[in-house]
Amino acid sequence: MKKILSLFVSVCLIATMCTLFTGCGADNNKLENVTGTYTRDYEGTTLNVFNWGEYISNGSEGSLDVNKAFENLTGIKVNYTTFESNEAMYSKLKSGAVSYDIVIPSDYMIERMISEDMLQKVDLSKIDNYKYIADDYKGLYFDPNDEYSVPYNVGMVGLIYNTTMVDDEVDSWSILWDEKYKDEILTFNNPRDAFAIAQFLLGQDINSTDKADWDKAADLLKEQSDVLQARVMDEVYNKMESANAAIAPYYAGDYLTMYENNEDLAFVYPKEGTNIFVDSVCIPSNAKNYEAALMYINFLLEPEIALANAEYICYASPNTSVINNDDYTFKGNEILYPTEDKKPKTEYFHDLDSDIRSYYESLWEEVLRS
Amino acid sequence: MKPSLLNRIINAPYILWSAIFIVIPLFIVVYYAFTDANGALTLHNIFELKEYKHTFLISIWYSVIATVITLIISYPFAYIMSRKSVNKQQMMMMLVMLPMWMNLLIRTYSWMNILEKTGIINTLLGYMGLSPLKLIGTPGAVILGMVYNYVPYMILPIYSVMSKIEPSLLEAAEDLGSNGFMKLKKVIFPLSLPGVVSGITMVFVPSVSTFYISQKLGGGKIMLIGDAIERQIQTSYNYNLGASLSLILMILILISMAIMNRFTSSEDGGIIV
Repeated sequence: MKKILSLFVSVCLIATMCTLFTGCGADNNKLENVTGTYTRDYEGTTLNVFNWGEYISNGSEGSLDVNKAFENLTGIKVNYTTFESNEAMYSKLKSGAVSYDIVIPSDYMIERMISEDMLQKVDLSKIDNYKYIADDYKGLYFDPNDEYSVPYNVGMVGLIYNTTMVDDEVDSWSILWDEKYKDEILTFNNPRDAFAIAQFLLGQDINSTDKADWDKAADLLKEQSDVLQARVMDEVYNKMESANAAIAPYYAGDYLTMYENNEDLAFVYPKEGTNIFVDSVCIPSNAKNYEAALMYINFLLEPEIALANAEYICYASPNTSVINNDDYTFKGNEILYPTEDKKPKTEYFHDLDSDIRSYYESLWEEVLRS
Repeated sequence: MKPSLLNRIINAPYILWSAIFIVIPLFIVVYYAFTDANGALTLHNIFELKEYKHTFLISIWYSVIATVITLIISYPFAYIMSRKSVNKQQMMMMLVMLPMWMNLLIRTYSWMNILEKTGIINTLLGYMGLSPLKLIGTPGAVILGMVYNYVPYMILPIYSVMSKIEPSLLEAAEDLGSNGFMKLKKVIFPLSLPGVVSGITMVFVPSVSTFYISQKLGGGKIMLIGDAIERQIQTSYNYNLGASLSLILMILILISMAIMNRFTSSEDGGIIV
């Protein structure tokens, strides 16, 4: 019996090894057209990239492996690591234990990092593909002169719901408090996004500096605890796709990914308004490979690369070569690129001063304990 | 006996290792716990802990339940295992260890799929015409996760002590007229106590400080002390509060270990962590 078991285990191990090795056969990560200029002067050096999880086309399911293609083109080795929230990324960078050449934070975090001298200027004269960035995404509030950041992705938060489980018309954040859907409601497991929903509902400014506003929003969030099934981040995919929950607020691009797996899901931008965000590529001030970082940014803006990323990530792209490309699956998609009359009211997150920040963090702790 | 030069040379790397990776980090935790964000001395973090009284109590309560359940499952299992032939013992040991070859995160994620509203259990219930149960996001799910993940840590030390019990001792007890229960009470249990104590410690300590299991199986609604620490360090960037929470957690664990160690004398050979 023992022999049979060990035989079984070894067969399993060998089978896994085989599948691991067959993956590295043909390498089709070469670009057909390159519009930017690249050198091989930095061949053999390493570029440390710090990005959100699942936020780059990585070669799975026949997509283009962006990092591999960059390595093939420039000979620079890409050391790619991921984070799961702006705050986690900030904590890691701030601890000083690591040095990255590329980071991709969101708007309000870029504002904070600029004010704390954590980023250095990006030399746009060396990024010839910058011309593809749409004018709408130039001169954004966190970087008015476009000195520190190059937009990578754009997104908005909305409500995802299962049409077989929800029979009311969904147009307001208030459905997340509806007793009727008790234990079928999900919400964000991070303070900023969760508070924003309560603040939109209360008609407050999501960047309020009045502590009384935050108190009111926290009270509303505490009330919500009774009807919630769970507070989630990435678990939302699993729960919504398998109809374990009926309603969840999440990012528009991720809805498109979920829809591919469950066509009962629908999406709406609530009437009270919603949060819009821009994730941009930046170079930290302690970067060790600045020139290679510039090349990488230029590479991310390449039409072919930007298209592969837009298809893979499913977020809206700020890159005109993608938006106007007829081969792009989501060209003119009304969720990603709503037309002027269908655009929801949107607000950006701004960086709040440390006093308000620690105030809402402690309120959030209270909400979680309730 | 005075340690020889050779001994000291051999020991040096270990002492250096523990100094760098155990003692110094402990001091850093203490430093953060008693300072504020600017490095000034303060007791503010310690005062703030009273807000977490409930969290501490829940963490301890859940871990105690999990430890008791683990013990109830493991003790008979370890006994049965230790009485089997060597081949069967190895086989059973393999079965206990096999799930541990998989990562904790994957095992916990699998439990999510089993317990979900449309998960495996509720689907089966549905086929039988029963209404679905609310399993995920309950204290029961969190405790189940703890029991499932830490049961090997209880079985192994108890088994290792039990397999050393001489069969002749049990025969002698029978000769002297013990029935099954007396044999268990007077011979097996006292001899296996060191294993039980180290098993309890090895299950209680990781349970009380766990964070991943409670986040995933508790649906982000059940907050244990490990979650609070993780959030302070990872997202709130409040190392000071995180450190003071950790400090109290460490003291709690030390106290519970001191209590446990009273039940056994050191020469009995159980592994005390």
